[in-house]
Amino acid sequence: MADATTDLAAPTPGRLTTADGRPLKAALGRAQSRARRRAFLLVLPLLLFIVITFIVPIGQMLHRSIHNDGFSRNMPQLSQWFADTEPGTEPDEVAYAALAADLKGAAEAKTIGIVGTRVNYEMPGTRSLFTSTGRKARGFEPPYREAVLEADPKWGNPSLWGTMRQVSRAYSPNFFLASVDLARDNEGNIVRAPQERRVYVMLFQRTFLIAGLITVLCLLLGFPIAHLLATLPLRTSNLLMILVLLPFWTSLLVRTTSWIVLLQGQGVVNNSLVATGLISDANRIQMIYNQTGTIIAMTHILLPFMILPLYSVMRPIPPSYVRAARSLGASSWTAFRRIYLPQTLPGIGAGALLVFILGVGYYITPALVGGASGQLISNLIAFHMQDSLNWSLAAALAAVLLAAVLILYWLYDRLVGIDNLKLG
Amino acid sequence: MALPVYASPLERIWYYAYRVICALIFLFLIAPILIIIPLSFNVEPYFTFTEKMLALDPDGYSLRWYDTLLTFGMANPEAPRTSSWWMDVWNNAAWVRAAKNSVIIGVSSTIVATVLGTIAALGLSRPEMPFRRAIMAILISPMIVPIIITATGLFFFYSATGLAGSYVGVVLAHATLGIPFVIITVTATLIGFDKSLTRAAASLGASPTTTFFKVTMPLILPGVVSGALFAFVTSFDEVVVVLFVAAHDQQTIPRQMWNGIREQISPAILSVATILVIISVALLATVELLRRRSERLRGISN
Repeated sequence: MADATTDLAAPTPGRLTTADGRPLKAALGRAQSRARRRAFLLVLPLLLFIVITFIVPIGQMLHRSIHNDGFSRNMPQLSQWFADTEPGTEPDEVAYAALAADLKGAAEAKTIGIVGTRVNYEMPGTRSLFTSTGRKARGFEPPYREAVLEADPKWGNPSLWGTMRQVSRAYSPNFFLASVDLARDNEGNIVRAPQERRVYVMLFQRTFLIAGLITVLCLLLGFPIAHLLATLPLRTSNLLMILVLLPFWTSLLVRTTSWIVLLQGQGVVNNSLVATGLISDANRIQMIYNQTGTIIAMTHILLPFMILPLYSVMRPIPPSYVRAARSLGASSWTAFRRIYLPQTLPGIGAGALLVFILGVGYYITPALVGGASGQLISNLIAFHMQDSLNWSLAAALAAVLLAAVLILYWLYDRLVGIDNLKLG
Repeated sequence: MALPVYASPLERIWYYAYRVICALIFLFLIAPILIIIPLSFNVEPYFTFTEKMLALDPDGYSLRWYDTLLTFGMANPEAPRTSSWWMDVWNNAAWVRAAKNSVIIGVSSTIVATVLGTIAALGLSRPEMPFRRAIMAILISPMIVPIIITATGLFFFYSATGLAGSYVGVVLAHATLGIPFVIITVTATLIGFDKSLTRAAASLGASPTTTFFKVTMPLILPGVVSGALFAFVTSFDEVVVVLFVAAHDQQTIPRQMWNGIREQISPAILSVATILVIISVALLATVELLRRRSERLRGISN
C-alpha cells in the first residue's frame, strides 16, 4: 500500500497522470465506463418494458407451441403407464384400469372435453369417444378391459393408443410437425400428413408468393414515382409528396374499406365499366373477396413503404453523373441502366425488404377482402386462435412465421441498418 | 428534369408518357381515399354514385349516415333532440363509446410510449452506448414482427397475468407497438443535434436536468411530437390486439369498423372513414410543419 502511495505521489517520468495523481489511462477508463453506464441506464427502462410486454409474451407463445398438457394433466395414471412402458406395448389390463380411472376422474372434474380435444387435434373424430365413454365411466367394474371395450369398441384401435401415447407427454414437437404438414404414425415415425390435412405448406408458399408479387408490384409502381419526386424541384416534390404521405397516414381500415367500395360487384369500378359499355351488366368482374382483391389492396397500402426509402436514396444522387454519361455518348437507356440504377440499389433493397417483411405478416386486409383464395398464413393463425381453439398449433405456425420474419429482419439490419429506417 | 433541347423524338414521347404514368400512379394512391368522401353523403344505402349524385342534385346527398353514427346503439333514438337525447348519445351510442375508448387508450399509450421512447432515444444516440445495434434491433422489433404474432403472444401472456379484457392491457400493448416510431423519429432528430450546446450549458453551470429541459428538449421537441403523433396513430388504427385481448368494454373505433365491415357494410362505415381521413390530413399537416420547424431549428435549410 505504501508503495502505491509513493507511486501516486511521485509519478515516474513519461507516465501521464490526472491532477489527483491517478494514471490517466485508468481515470479515462473510469470516466468512459461511467458514461456507458449512464447511456445504458437511460435505455434500461424501455428495454425492460419491451422485454415484459413483448419478448416475454412471445416467449410464452413459443413455449405453448411445444407444450400442451391437456392430456397429461387430466389423465395422470394413464400418462404414467405410457411413461413406464416401451412404445408399441400392447395395452394390458393395467393400462385399461388406468384409463378407466382417469376417464372417471376427468368426467367428474369436467375436464374430459379438454382431454378429448387434445387427442382430437392429432386424430380427428375422437373427441366424442372421450366424452361419451366418460359419461359411462362411473359404472366400470373390473375387468376394465372388457368394460371399456363394451362401452365403445373403438378403444381397441391400436392407432388410438399410439396417438394417446404421443399426447401423454406434455412437451412434444408434434405441433411443429403439423405446421409443416407432417405427422407421426403409430410407431412414432415422422410421415407426411394425410392428403386432406395438408394445407399449411401450401399456405406458407402462397403467403410468400403473394408477398413477393406485391413487392415486385410496389417496386414497379414506386420506382417511377420516387424518381419523379427526386428529380423535381423541392417545392413541387414536397407538394406531390403529400399524395404519398396521405395514404401512409390514413387508417388501414379506411383504405381497405375504400377498396371494397371501389372493387365490389356493384362498386364504383364495375359500375363505371358497365356505364361506359366496356363490359355487360351480366359480366361484372369479380375483383374483391379473392386473391386479386388482396393483391390490389395490399399493394396500395404498402406502396408508401417502397416510395419513401427509394426517395431518400434517390434525392442525393447528383444529376451530373447521368449527364456525364450522356455526354460521353451513352444512350438515355444505357445511362439509366449503367449509371443511375446501380446508385439506387440500396433504396431498392431497403424498400423491397421492408415491403416483403410487412407483406408476409399481413392479417387485416386479407381477412377483409381476401375471400377464401386470398387468405394468408396470418389468417390461419387467427383462425386457430379464435375458432378452432387449437392454440398450440396456432403458436407453432406463428413460430415458423416469426422465424422467417426474423431472418428477413436480420438481413435488413445487415444490408440497410435499422438506423436508416425513415418515416416520412 | 426539364426536357433538353437536343432530345430525340423518342425521348420526347417517353418524357410525356412518363409523366402520364406517374399521374396514373398518383391517382392509384389517392383516389381510393378521396372517393369515399362523396359516397359517405349518399342518400341511398349503396356504395356507388347514383344518378342524382352525378347530376349534383342536392336530393341525392344527405347526412343520414352521419346521423346513424350518433343514433346507433342509443336507448331511445326517436326521442326529441333535447339535452336528454344528447346525454343518451354520449352515454350509449356505440360509435361515441368507441371514440371515447379510442381516445383514452390512444392518449395513455402515447404518453407511455413517448416518455419511455424519448429517454431511451437519448441514451441510444450517445456514442458510448454499449450493444447499441442489438438493443436498437430489439426496440424496433414490435414494428417488424407481424401483428398477429404479437397479438397471439399477448393473448397467452394476458390470460396468465389477468390483464386480458382490461384497459391497462390494451394500453401497454399499444404503447409497445408505438415505441418503435418514437425511437425512430427522436433518434433521427438527435443525429443532427449539436453536442456543444449541452457542453456550453454545462460549462455555464447548468445541471444536467436544467440542460435537458432548457436546451435539449426545445430542440428535439418537434421530433418528439411527431413521434408521439405516430404512436397515437398506431394505437388509433390498431385492431388485431384489440380483437385478441380486449373485452367488449374496450371497443375502439377500428374494432367497431371491423365489425361493420365483416358483418354488414353500410355507408355509415364510409362516414366514419371520412372523419378518419380528415383526422389524418390534420395529423399529416402537423407532422409536416413540425418537420420543417425542426429543420429550421437545427439549421438544415432547404
